[in-house]
Amino acid sequence: MIGITNGAFIALIALGYTLVYGIIELINFAHGDLFMLGTFVCLSTLTLLGFSTEVGTTGTPWFALLLAMLAAMIFCGLLNVLAERIAYRPLRRAPRLAPLISAIGVSFIFVNIGLFWQGPTPRRFPDLLPQYDFMSQLFGFTTLIRFTFKDLFVLALAIPLMLGLAWVIRSTRMGKAMRAVAQDSEMAQQMGIDVNRVIAFTFLLGGVLAGAASLMYGLYNNNTVFTLGFTAGLKAFTAAVLGGIGNVNGAALGGFVLGLLSALTVTYAGGQWENVGVFSLLVIILVFKPTGLLGQETGEKA
Amino acid sequence: MPLLEVQQVHTYYGNIQALKGVSLKVEKGEIVTLIGSNGAGKTTTLRTIAGVLRPRKGTVRMGDRDLTKVPANEIVRLGVAHSPEGRRIFSRMSVKENLEMGAYARTDPPAELAKDFERVYELFPRLKERLTQRAGTLSGGEQQMLAIGRALMARPTVLLLDEPSMGLAPVLVELVFKTIQDINAQGMTVLLVEQNAHMALSIAHRGYVLQTGRIVLSDSAKNLAENEMVRKAYLGEE
Ligand SMILES: Nc1ncnc2c1ncn2[C@@H]1O[C@H](COP(=O)(O)OP(=O)(O)O)[C@@H](O)[C@H]1O
Ligand SMILES: [Mg+2]
Repeated sequence: MIGITNGAFIALIALGYTLVYGIIELINFAHGDLFMLGTFVCLSTLTLLGFSTEVGTTGTPWFALLLAMLAAMIFCGLLNVLAERIAYRPLRRAPRLAPLISAIGVSFIFVNIGLFWQGPTPRRFPDLLPQYDFMSQLFGFTTLIRFTFKDLFVLALAIPLMLGLAWVIRSTRMGKAMRAVAQDSEMAQQMGIDVNRVIAFTFLLGGVLAGAASLMYGLYNNNTVFTLGFTAGLKAFTAAVLGGIGNVNGAALGGFVLGLLSALTVTYAGGQWENVGVFSLLVIILVFKPTGLLGQETGEKA
Repeated sequence: MPLLEVQQVHTYYGNIQALKGVSLKVEKGEIVTLIGSNGAGKTTTLRTIAGVLRPRKGTVRMGDRDLTKVPANEIVRLGVAHSPEGRRIFSRMSVKENLEMGAYARTDPPAELAKDFERVYELFPRLKERLTQRAGTLSGGEQQMLAIGRALMARPTVLLLDEPSMGLAPVLVELVFKTIQDINAQGMTVLLVEQNAHMALSIAHRGYVLQTGRIVLSDSAKNLAENEMVRKAYLGEE
């Protein structure tokens, strides 16, 4: 199950790339680093609440986990909105390369904040979830494929989040405005939509999802480091491209597919090949099917 | 006081001047048409009124408000709805969602909105049959109806229509112009931009002729249709 569960974090981060790309055609390089900062917010919140390293003898502190997740969601959401306001919005009418470079700059800033905050070495993330493998303990199987409580925890959070996002985009007033802006922002404005607000809301959504993913990642993998944003960002970006960048369902699908592929690469070729596999996949998609699995024809305006 | 008044408007694309002091008025209840050949500045005029483009000089008045100082997304709230050149419906959204977007700025009760949905369905029964369909899959004529319907959903006081007949088969052109007349008969004020001067003058009350960014003629539609210069240049007569 490791593949599917990793797929869930990747999908949540990939959604942040794809939402932003869909609406302003910006590849938000800083998004992976935002996720990294999210893991640090979770870590600090848990430390502050007294759950710093190992599983408490009193069992899982659900309330503390909830607080940590909310803190990371709020932090990442607002930070993403702030980055948009300061670093991308002033460049909205500039040539496409300008906001891209600005995003790389924001990425550097986030990485350095992470470095300053938690230092250069990997940090252990407290292992606070019950150790329970449904496969062996419930059904008596001992197989290579395990389905642990941690897997359940991640999927039980990630899937409702994704369904919730789908609902927001499909059915709410703001979601419809997002789709209108994504397709033709000038016409959306003519309808009376405040385009700046809609774009800010999109960054908020992407950040909130990254914040939620950061708690899941920390609890699942029990470590984090300031360079996490690069690897996580690379995978999530690849997933977004795989699904068709700008396409929300595609990003979710791409996340799960990529999670499985990386798990298979690790199992059959070894961990050192994982990033090679991901990069190769990215190159292959870009060369042979740049619109991705569910991608729209680019530039569809008619 | 006219409902909508454009005064000495100069609009530029970068350094290129597209409008060189355009002035026109639209009175309540009128259909006013703006005709002129390709590139004359008709679209630029409508986009300036709608706030998409900002004039370097001049004013656009809606009642006592100067629209050139109002944010583009607020203009629809002051009663101006724009059905743009090329329709620009939201092709990846459903027909129903397109109409909802048209009503986005409305704050009146849902019952009032429902009335306007019904009115649009009455004008365009074809749309009612296709509410859940993706707008991009509609035929050209249906897309034009949707663009007009979407603008009507704002319940505007002035409707700006940019070449509603463009690319349509002759029967559909007839239907669209007939519909514009019906909408006007129900009390809507219309500013109609057309290259199809013949049809436009046949339904309008008054008209303006635009040439390379300047208004060169303005008169009743009837007089324009009989004007020598208009007949030669825009009605294709010798
Ligand atoms: N986006 C643009 N950039 C530069 N010039 C433009 C643009 N749009 C229109 N123009 C120029 O402005 C003038 C008026 O165009 P337009 O208003 O579209 O004319 P019309 O609608 O009467 O055909 C033309 O000379 C056209 O080439
Ligand atoms: Mg035009």
